[in-house]
Amino acid sequence: MAVLNEEQEMLRDMAREWAVNESPVTEFRKVRASGEPEAFNRDAYATMAQMGWAGIIVPEAHGGSDFGYMSAGLVFEELGKTLTASPLLATTIAASAIALGGSEEQKARWLPKLASGEAIATLAVDEGAAHDPAAIETSVSGGKISGKKTFVHEAHGADLFVVAAKDGLYLVENGAGVTLTTRKLTDQRSHADVTFDGAAADKLAGGGDSLLDDVLDRARVLTAAEMLGMAQQVFDVTLEYLKQRVQFNQVLASFQALQHRMADLFADLAQMRSAVEAGLQAVDSGFGVARAATIAKAEANRVLHTISNQGIQLHGGIGMTDEYDVGFYLKRARVLEASWGSSSFLKDRYASLGGY
Amino acid sequence: MATQLEADTPTDEEAFRAEVQAFLAENFPAELKNKGNALAGVDGPTDETPAMKAWREAVGAKGWGTPTWPKQYGGGGLTKGQARIVDQEFAKAGAYNPIGGMGVMMFGPTLLEYGSEEQKMEHIPAICRGEVRWCQGYSEPNAGSDLANLQTFAEDKGDHYIVNGQKTWTSGGQWADKCFAIVRTDKSDKHRGISFLLIDMTSPGVEVRPITMISGTSPFCETFFTDVKVPKKNLVGVEGQGWTIGKRLLQHERTNISGGGRLASMMGQSLGDMAKKYCATDADGELADKVLRDKIADFEIRWGSFLLTARRAVEESKATGGVSEISSVLKKVGTKLSQERSELLIEIRGLQGLGWEGDGFTDGELEAVRGWLFGKATTIYGGSTEIQNNIIAKRVLGMLDHQ
Repeated sequence: MAVLNEEQEMLRDMAREWAVNESPVTEFRKVRASGEPEAFNRDAYATMAQMGWAGIIVPEAHGGSDFGYMSAGLVFEELGKTLTASPLLATTIAASAIALGGSEEQKARWLPKLASGEAIATLAVDEGAAHDPAAIETSVSGGKISGKKTFVHEAHGADLFVVAAKDGLYLVENGAGVTLTTRKLTDQRSHADVTFDGAAADKLAGGGDSLLDDVLDRARVLTAAEMLGMAQQVFDVTLEYLKQRVQFNQVLASFQALQHRMADLFADLAQMRSAVEAGLQAVDSGFGVARAATIAKAEANRVLHTISNQGIQLHGGIGMTDEYDVGFYLKRARVLEASWGSSSFLKDRYASLGGY
Repeated sequence: MATQLEADTPTDEEAFRAEVQAFLAENFPAELKNKGNALAGVDGPTDETPAMKAWREAVGAKGWGTPTWPKQYGGGGLTKGQARIVDQEFAKAGAYNPIGGMGVMMFGPTLLEYGSEEQKMEHIPAICRGEVRWCQGYSEPNAGSDLANLQTFAEDKGDHYIVNGQKTWTSGGQWADKCFAIVRTDKSDKHRGISFLLIDMTSPGVEVRPITMISGTSPFCETFFTDVKVPKKNLVGVEGQGWTIGKRLLQHERTNISGGGRLASMMGQSLGDMAKKYCATDADGELADKVLRDKIADFEIRWGSFLLTARRAVEESKATGGVSEISSVLKKVGTKLSQERSELLIEIRGLQGLGWEGDGFTDGELEAVRGWLFGKATTIYGGSTEIQNNIIAKRVLGMLDHQ
């Protein structure tokens, strides 16, 4: 665990307490049971916004606290532990795009609303099943945007879409010319294909040529922070289970084969934590962001993949049941692994950044 | 010259930095610039040139080779902040620390903790001056990972012990002056029958036989003790305390293997850049073999997160004043990654990367081959990976033994 300052410790403790008490996995079960495509609890989201979580990376001048990405990561880690269903991650990523590339007018119009929870936003980049920011067909002509974005996170609740077009990022409000088609994924959260057919689009003109890459790097590290919480939780729950489950008159934790497997997972988790925290810190410092974000998401993908699989295997039959929570982490894990860069995408990116 | 400073205020730091710079200007021989310390490891003899000797003696006299050790025993008596300044200034000047070896890395810290006043006065100053080479008498043919199973016996003869038995994997035993050993003083108790004994390698009855390794080198020895007389004053702690002291020393050993700057500097060069020299590239200047490219990136990402983990362990230790719970991960992961890197390097170079000797291979290529082979030892010595897994499972994760 990175060395935190006092404010960060308070923020983390508050997030942990809230997630455990007010947003345990039973709350996600309720969201799932409701069958609503929005797939989150509006009251819970309002509380989160009141606690300031939607404005952590938003400048103070626009209603945020400007606590930085490391601080935001602490909250996403805690929410990841309890699989809290909310549009907080999507909104934070969209807010980062506006903070980086928006005009003063765009920032003044949207950031306070996003920070206060009054509006929800999400980033729409990909146009196929795989993350591929180099293959964008969506285009804007005369202030009207046309194209189709696939598997957009939290699309159903979104008031605002930050949309990648051929020539940059655009703000598009949900309304005329925007059509959602629900895509139910294994994590049972809100996903939709979003078709833009001549909707009004307002370009984010700042942020330079690298704006899309810079925003995606932020999406990667913030997503990795949620994945870190998930991996930590699966590890902790699995360790507890091994310590109490008796077979052959022995607790499972006493078997060396299982001890060594847990030692491997512990080492993997330590690496994942270092990579994710360093990614968040890199965004805050502005130094070496692309490489650090790539390492963070690549390690998050690798380690959460392994731990979510082992979480099922080590629980045995009970891990296969819907009644037990561990399977939810596996299903959410794969969705996040595929978002903003699969392992092969990230390795390709890392090699390109390294010039080979 | 100014005395060493106790407080690290910015002004004090500047003054101390100037003191180190002045010392370097006066004492560091230019011909040693950017050379490594040949005497620090255990893999070579001690052919010391006059310049090397002068440099070792100058640093030894200041105690700056062991900067944070107490001054009364010959250490530098510096604060951690000052030690960092010494490091930085030496690095800037291209100067190596001429004091090292197992005396510094493992034995010294342990003796400072457990030794008597006489023992510290006798042994520590010589280590600080780099005058005495120590080797480790731990492993035996039937006591490797099950170290407490050791059988070398020290029989109590009143004012001395008579030691009989065999040690193995004695690193640098053929070049060592003294040996810190764990021996059995009581055959009836596996752990409490072990004592920590200091043995002079020139004593009658000590015989050393180097073992040739798969890498072609002989850094390890078998060491035989036949009726070796060891005075009682060479017992560290009390009789039967050897297992406790010995384990403490192993913690120092692990820290050194995993956090080693040597490992980090060896791994510094990008495998991707290396591959571009040996393998075909495409029109974009990328490696044409995309499978290999993927493997290299996969490795470098994991190596990157390992370096970040080592950094995090240091930051956590500094913040909490204790040992980070992930320090136990570093040895296990670092050694595995360095082995993976060696294997990748061979794959990148093809048969050109498998030279044993002779023309047609660069020094770097030949070194890499020997390094690849010798590197297989890193997951076996210093507590094998399996032992590290036991430590993590039991001490960190609280997974219990079979009932």
